[in-house]
Amino acid sequence: MKKQTIDSRPAGPKPWYDPRVRSLFFQAVVIAFVFWGGWTLVDNTLSNMESRGISTGFGFLDESAGFAIIMSLVPYDATMSYGRTFWVGLTNTLLVSAMGVVAATILGFLIGVARLSNNWLVAKISLVYIEVIRNIPLLLQIFFWYFAVLSNLPSPRQSVDVGGTVFLNNRGLYLPEPLTQDGFGLVWGAIIVAIVAVVGLKRWAKRRQLATGEIFPTFRVGLAIVVLLPVLAYFVAGQPLVWDIPALKGFNFGGGITLIPELAALWIALSLYTASFIAEIVRSGILSVSKGQTEAAHALGLPNGLTLRLVVIPQAMRVIIPPLTSQYLNLVKNSSLATAIGYPDLVAVFMGTTLNQTGQAVEVVAITMAVYLTISLLISLFMNIYNRAVAIKER
Amino acid sequence: MAESTMKPPKKAFHPIAWMREHLFSTWYNSLLTVLVGYLLVTSVGPLVSWVFLDANFRGSEPSDCTGAGACWLFVSQRLNFFIYGFYPDELQWRVDVMFILLAVAFVPQFIERFPGRKWLGLFGITGLPVIGYFLIPGGLFGLETVESTKWGGLMLTLILAYIGILASLPIGILLALGRRSDMPIIRGLCVVFIEVWRAVPLITVLFMASVMLPLFLPEGMNFEKLLRALIGITLWQSAYMAEVIRGGLQAIPRGQYEAADALGLGYWKKMGLIILPQALKLVIPGIVNTFIALFKDTTLVLIIGLFDVLGTVQSTVTDPAWQNVAVEGYVFVAFCFWVFCFGISRYSQNLERKLDTGHKT
Repeated sequence: MKKQTIDSRPAGPKPWYDPRVRSLFFQAVVIAFVFWGGWTLVDNTLSNMESRGISTGFGFLDESAGFAIIMSLVPYDATMSYGRTFWVGLTNTLLVSAMGVVAATILGFLIGVARLSNNWLVAKISLVYIEVIRNIPLLLQIFFWYFAVLSNLPSPRQSVDVGGTVFLNNRGLYLPEPLTQDGFGLVWGAIIVAIVAVVGLKRWAKRRQLATGEIFPTFRVGLAIVVLLPVLAYFVAGQPLVWDIPALKGFNFGGGITLIPELAALWIALSLYTASFIAEIVRSGILSVSKGQTEAAHALGLPNGLTLRLVVIPQAMRVIIPPLTSQYLNLVKNSSLATAIGYPDLVAVFMGTTLNQTGQAVEVVAITMAVYLTISLLISLFMNIYNRAVAIKER
Repeated sequence: MAESTMKPPKKAFHPIAWMREHLFSTWYNSLLTVLVGYLLVTSVGPLVSWVFLDANFRGSEPSDCTGAGACWLFVSQRLNFFIYGFYPDELQWRVDVMFILLAVAFVPQFIERFPGRKWLGLFGITGLPVIGYFLIPGGLFGLETVESTKWGGLMLTLILAYIGILASLPIGILLALGRRSDMPIIRGLCVVFIEVWRAVPLITVLFMASVMLPLFLPEGMNFEKLLRALIGITLWQSAYMAEVIRGGLQAIPRGQYEAADALGLGYWKKMGLIILPQALKLVIPGIVNTFIALFKDTTLVLIIGLFDVLGTVQSTVTDPAWQNVAVEGYVFVAFCFWVFCFGISRYSQNLERKLDTGHKT
């Protein structure tokens, strides 16, 4: 019966006025257009590459690269393959990104808090810092640090010398390198044991606090465990650590860890630039926590430090995390400016030299873009997981 | 009665009391003030004397830079190159006309109650690009042709940023509408397009535009380098623009969509007459902010060999005739960008305050 009433409605719109038919039609047209466009591109590209004598496929990744790279975290020399240059570039990108994220976060939080300081001078200096740095292009800042500051440092023979162990000159910053000897495994073991012990201690302290209300000084005891246990193991194992101190050999320094000026300039500029954005995010996050929350915490008798740690920061983090994520993404993407000063990151090594030597633009660009896409998606994923952990738990 | 309507007494300003409250409230605040104050005094003094007191302003030769401070001669001597690039001297009036028109169209936007402000703005996004299209490259109406390879300096920076933002606006609107469409295929395509462009750095896009675009085109068809860069910048920027506009579309209450449907408006009339005018007004500050970001990012074109303002400076600081003028050059470029970006960001903050009607839920 019901069916009949439906059927007895006036006839529907004409097919070309029916929204469903229209939507199907438009989508079919779009798909056809996309396929036609894609096919034309592929066809053009193939015929262009054929006429220019460019080979296709990923076989070039196994060919010998034949060019040197000034810095690599994985073992590399000019006889190795183009595939290897990809890894060198990728690890260098990840290194400077990770260094930048850590430094920008610390600096950004400090400046953001300083911006809200009740000390007028400190607050105004932070304001000036933010407004100056974030309105100047990052590339210009990288150039400034690289060409105007770091290349004007003294030559290796006149290095700035800090206690005969750390040297600074226009070839880079030279730091002593710790070399682990036999028996250092004991220290690693002690560090792991200490971390496990602190996690256990924290759980036990929380259970006890929930049961009895007594607060255990977890932080101080935990810090003591983390510091003392490895130090004890270090001496028990007979001090299995020597420092490789850099020394002047001929015209340059040898030994130790070298922070090349390209990396240093990129790191400084990326950190300072991103920190100015993070500072504003932190400031707005802290301001978003209503004053009533602080007052309520004080009324409950929480001291200033605990109010900040238990009440203000957790709530501010909810506002801070999403824009902070996009700043981290920006930092990783901006690290590709390395190519302008010759730091061997992914874009400089792979999309620059490797592409120029092999001429296989399509494959190289596709791989590079895929890498950045993956990094972006991974960072978003991790930050989303963290964001979900700190988000308001609503019932 | 009189007591209750009396205003609270005005707080008198006492320098000592103010300092005690804002600089020396606790012992660590005092320590901080002294420390920061000391650093400030020791750094600002030399900075001021480098920029102004000991700086060299007069002369025309590198050898005239005798003082210990900055050598501003370098900037003033090369200013023409920094602003116009290789644009021929006798034709630079064409660029000047565009600069003046640009200022006429957009400077009044900062002044409220300027008569005809909206019409000037409208001219700035419709008539101005058309005039520029004929005036800058020349070739028509008896104007001498100037190859795009001769464009450079501040002029090129402004062209890149201006065209980039103007061209990405309509594409961004279409992408944002597509992303909120009911049609799954169109939505999917727009999501993929937006997310891919947003995930990759601008440098890779510029590399792609300069290396791969020629491969994509049919044989015999080729664009100049500047146009290739502009295509890359526009596509990249339109993805960001789409996300900004999507924010505006989402802020329009559902009732507006439904009311438009109830009136029997079709999709394009609904969007064009009801939704987009409201949504675009909401996101003007967001659009201005993306413009600032794009404006700073245009410096990246120097990596693919175009001479924007930073590119012209970078190519001259290595001139052996001038010794160690890198800092002066960079300070000049930084100042150019800072004035533009800071001014525009202040404008966007004002706008945000003005548009914030308190109706947000």
